[in-house]
Amino acid sequence: MHLRKLSLINFKNYPEAGLEFSIEANAFVGDNGSGKTNLLDAIHYLSLCKSYFNPADNQNIMHGAEFMLIQGTYDLNGVEELIHCGLKRGQRKVFKRNNKEYERLADHIGLLPVVMISPVDSMLITEGSEERRKFIDSIISQYDKSYLNDLISYNKIVAHRNALLKQFALSRSFDGASLEIWDDQLVPLADHLFVKRHEFISRFSPIFQQHYNYITEAKEEVSIVYESHLEAGNFAATLSSSLEKDRYMQYTTKGIHKDDLVFTSGAYPVKRFASQGQQKSFLIALKLAQFQFIREVTGVKPILLLDDIFDKLDDSRVKRLMELVSRDNFGQLFISDTHPERVQKIFHDIGIPIRVFEVTNGFVKSNPLPAAHEPA
Amino acid sequence: MNSFPSKIFEQAVNEFASLPGIGRRSAVRMVLHMLKQNPEEARRFGETMIRLTREIRFCKNCHNISDSELCSICADHRRDATTICIVEDVRDLLAVENTNQYRGLYHVLGGIISPMDGIGPNNLNIETLLEKLKTDTITEIIMALSATMEGDTTVFYLYKKVSQLNRPELKLTSISRGVSIGDDLEYADEVTLGRSILNRTPYESTLVR
Ligand SMILES: [Zn+2]
Repeated sequence: MHLRKLSLINFKNYPEAGLEFSIEANAFVGDNGSGKTNLLDAIHYLSLCKSYFNPADNQNIMHGAEFMLIQGTYDLNGVEELIHCGLKRGQRKVFKRNNKEYERLADHIGLLPVVMISPVDSMLITEGSEERRKFIDSIISQYDKSYLNDLISYNKIVAHRNALLKQFALSRSFDGASLEIWDDQLVPLADHLFVKRHEFISRFSPIFQQHYNYITEAKEEVSIVYESHLEAGNFAATLSSSLEKDRYMQYTTKGIHKDDLVFTSGAYPVKRFASQGQQKSFLIALKLAQFQFIREVTGVKPILLLDDIFDKLDDSRVKRLMELVSRDNFGQLFISDTHPERVQKIFHDIGIPIRVFEVTNGFVKSNPLPAAHEPA
Repeated sequence: MNSFPSKIFEQAVNEFASLPGIGRRSAVRMVLHMLKQNPEEARRFGETMIRLTREIRFCKNCHNISDSELCSICADHRRDATTICIVEDVRDLLAVENTNQYRGLYHVLGGIISPMDGIGPNNLNIETLLEKLKTDTITEIIMALSATMEGDTTVFYLYKKVSQLNRPELKLTSISRGVSIGDDLEYADEVTLGRSILNRTPYESTLVR
């Protein structure tokens, strides 16, 4: 699977752009703020129907414009696929595959797997549990269709249930039958999602450990621990025993919407004890494990988006990462960087031809693909 | 288009624009059209609107809109009074009626359960339904609610309430949901297609009679 062409209208700082890619490696090179990362984000949009950086769709439309358009031409198992994302200000997002509109965006997610590695990933460690749940969800939903549908239903039920708890508090009343119809639907969905998340973490954790050891060339014991209220067993019982608290707090205090991941190194949580360098290795290993996991489960090599990693990583980590990428288990690659010579040298060293696009303030100039390397 | 030469004109535009699906541009076109008509037609239009809100009634049996105590469907003795089709609102009732496939009676709930919109079972016509079901005349109720979480939840609630009536012979059915007629299977989403497989029907019943 790879992206052949990308065209943009009014996306972020691009009034208009048309790019044709190499099926191997592509680099967007330009100063900070030139818009090179926005090109990676456009590719992310086409796969997961949203920006990696800004969840407010309307803010991704170019300032002053009324609409935006992202179109990609993909090669999927030798068949051409045209993916279209259109958004008018204040209206709902429209996604089309070969000119046929999707009824639900969830139906598109998973068709074109993608993994982004970006400096903002540090939020996975520093921010609240929501970031870590998003990380799990974005991986599982790329290979398991029912997971995303169930998760959407689960979240909606929780929202209805919370609204009901608020109404009880406002009217100083309680209606058990009304609450029960939501609880009866919530419990099986929570059980199901818990099993899926649990399974995922137990398969994912060893892959992560393996990548971490490769990158750091160390034998440190790192792991990911899944924490959930559902570990206590019978979720229906948990729900009813927390009813008093829920009524007092006016929201649902127990459930998989409170799940978390704890990253540990040695015996310590990474949040507090790891050095900056360790944290970076941790994040890169997480993302590479994500890549390998999706590839193993779906049989498709995800598109890999590397945002600004040469600036943020030290040379030894970059070298290890590039050694990995140069093996044939990676697919199409997109990378953003501030220095054209640096990126060209790194890719020359690993023997992968790279197509370089020079980006200046929402304008892209593409350089011809360098001649293919002769096999040694 | 924000300021008009006449206040009366502007007021009329505002009234039309307050209707669902009518933007200001269309509202202006409608008001200009009104002005072109002869005064008698405009008067009739206005009076009909006033009568509509003053005189319309809701059927005491099914909550359909009606001119009298019982709506024309409930009053029609040729209809099958043993079957009740449960719909969210009058619009859905009209949709089922327009299929010309249904000869039973209806029950209009007046909405579906949705706490996020402040709608609970007490805001819906559920008590009158349960009251009706206590008698033996009704043998089947058909749930014709939207295939949304709120629609499903309402069906689930009604199912629980009806089960408590202790009328085991009462049949509870739901309209089938699945692949639309004329749709390519390849493009049907997994949830819909999965449901269609589970709710498959004997082929003979699909033959046009
Ligand atoms: Zn009636």
